[in-house]
Amino acid sequence: MSSPSTAGVVVVGGGQAGFSVVSTLRASGYDGPVTVFAAEPHLPYQRPPLSKKAHTDPVRVELVPESFYRERNIDVRLGDDVIAVDTAARTVTTASGARVPYEHLVLATGAHNRPLPVPGAELDGVHALRSLDDALAIGGALATAREVVVIGGGFIGLELAQVARARGGRVTVVELAGRLLSRAVSSQVEEHLRERHERVGVRILTGTAVRAIEGTERVRRVVTDRGVLPADLVVYGIGAAPRDELARDAGLAVDDGVIVDEQLRSITDPRVFAVGDCARHPNPYADGLVRLESVPNATDQGTLVGRRIAGSPGVPYASLPWFWSDQGDIKLQIAGLRVSSDDVYLATGGSPERLAAYAFRDDRLVAVETLNWPAEHLAARRLLEQDAPVCAADLTGSTLGALTRARRAAGVRG
Amino acid sequence: MPTVIFQSPDGTERKVTAESGTVLMQAAVANGVAGIVAECGGNASCATCHVYVDPRHTDLVGPPNDVEDEMLDFTAAERRPTSRLSCQIQLSDALDGLVVHVPEGQV
Repeated sequence: MSSPSTAGVVVVGGGQAGFSVVSTLRASGYDGPVTVFAAEPHLPYQRPPLSKKAHTDPVRVELVPESFYRERNIDVRLGDDVIAVDTAARTVTTASGARVPYEHLVLATGAHNRPLPVPGAELDGVHALRSLDDALAIGGALATAREVVVIGGGFIGLELAQVARARGGRVTVVELAGRLLSRAVSSQVEEHLRERHERVGVRILTGTAVRAIEGTERVRRVVTDRGVLPADLVVYGIGAAPRDELARDAGLAVDDGVIVDEQLRSITDPRVFAVGDCARHPNPYADGLVRLESVPNATDQGTLVGRRIAGSPGVPYASLPWFWSDQGDIKLQIAGLRVSSDDVYLATGGSPERLAAYAFRDDRLVAVETLNWPAEHLAARRLLEQDAPVCAADLTGSTLGALTRARRAAGVRG
Repeated sequence: MPTVIFQSPDGTERKVTAESGTVLMQAAVANGVAGIVAECGGNASCATCHVYVDPRHTDLVGPPNDVEDEMLDFTAAERRPTSRLSCQIQLSDALDGLVVHVPEGQV
């Protein structure tokens, strides 16, 4: 296909953030050329389900069918990644050699998995999970795997551990840190979470280092500093790093992500935006710049940039960060950003499965983690978004749900 | 293959044909129906696929389940007696002709 004669919007990245940009552009009335370059061969798809069940069918996770793009005249170039940006000439160059001009460039390049730095990581039967193709490979392997070792006790690892367990395999999670989800949840919630995984037979080894993966062609065992684990399938998820090389090579400011201002524009070049996992941005719920790896952040940032390019007045990005992780029957949800020095109080929601951890900073609610209690999570989001102050005393013998209902009944907005 | 109709707040209608066994939210998202966000992908986690079932069809669709019922107290648009999360409505031929109303906002 030839290059468009007029320069429009070029989006680099066909993930949730890139999709959000292009769908918002058209929904907001933008009628210039819109081109998305996706490194993968698949139409934009949902990533969260990839680690939450075993996958055999690519179509099930597509965000929208191909007709959506055709009807809106959105040019999606699959399998053709952008390899260079010339910010002076305002063009991008792709792996296939295409050179495309832009008026606005949006970097939605996402993140890549940190590689597993041990011998044997290249053996058959050792998988990382990020892409749909990864998920399809793991989905196939799970059908016959009996001994599954998951390296990394983060969201992805714990979700996959439950998927593998539900398939009947013996499952061991190996985590280097002293506890699971050490950056994501409070120690109080982690204890409950760990207990729930162990209750269904997931073995958890924290404070354990993987030394090597061994086998001849196929994986046979995982060698740790606390013993050898038999394995016919190894899946690792040990964190991600932003894909910011393109921006760095183009001379844009980068520091563990593309550095953007409150309107998500590169601080180096206002014609370039960055959204989603790759964007290090100012966030009113954080102290300074943050980079968030979450679907809500990708979606909301894409929406903000899409509207801005389509002509809406510039507004600062101010979405409340939130996260979720479905680990078997465990539904973990997080609203707000907690830091380790916050005071955390636990409450149960009338049933043993429900738990909430409320994080306070200077006696003001800043974050809430819930297990199997989506209503309390939603109440937390509403209260935190509205900047309606909640102190620890408000929650004595109460919940955020009850507090919200009481405030509504008393005529206070909330 | 039931057909369902999404009516937006401005009164415009979208008629969508869906497969039996899928949920109403998927039918909306797959057809780009404006106003159904479904941030969580359909896990009764986010309440951004809120719809009002047309009063003629509430008996047919049935009431929300317990988790959904609690979540409906915290949707972005006001809760009404006809409120449901569309990710929790399973489609079948019995629901052919279903009309739902999309609320003003989801987030």
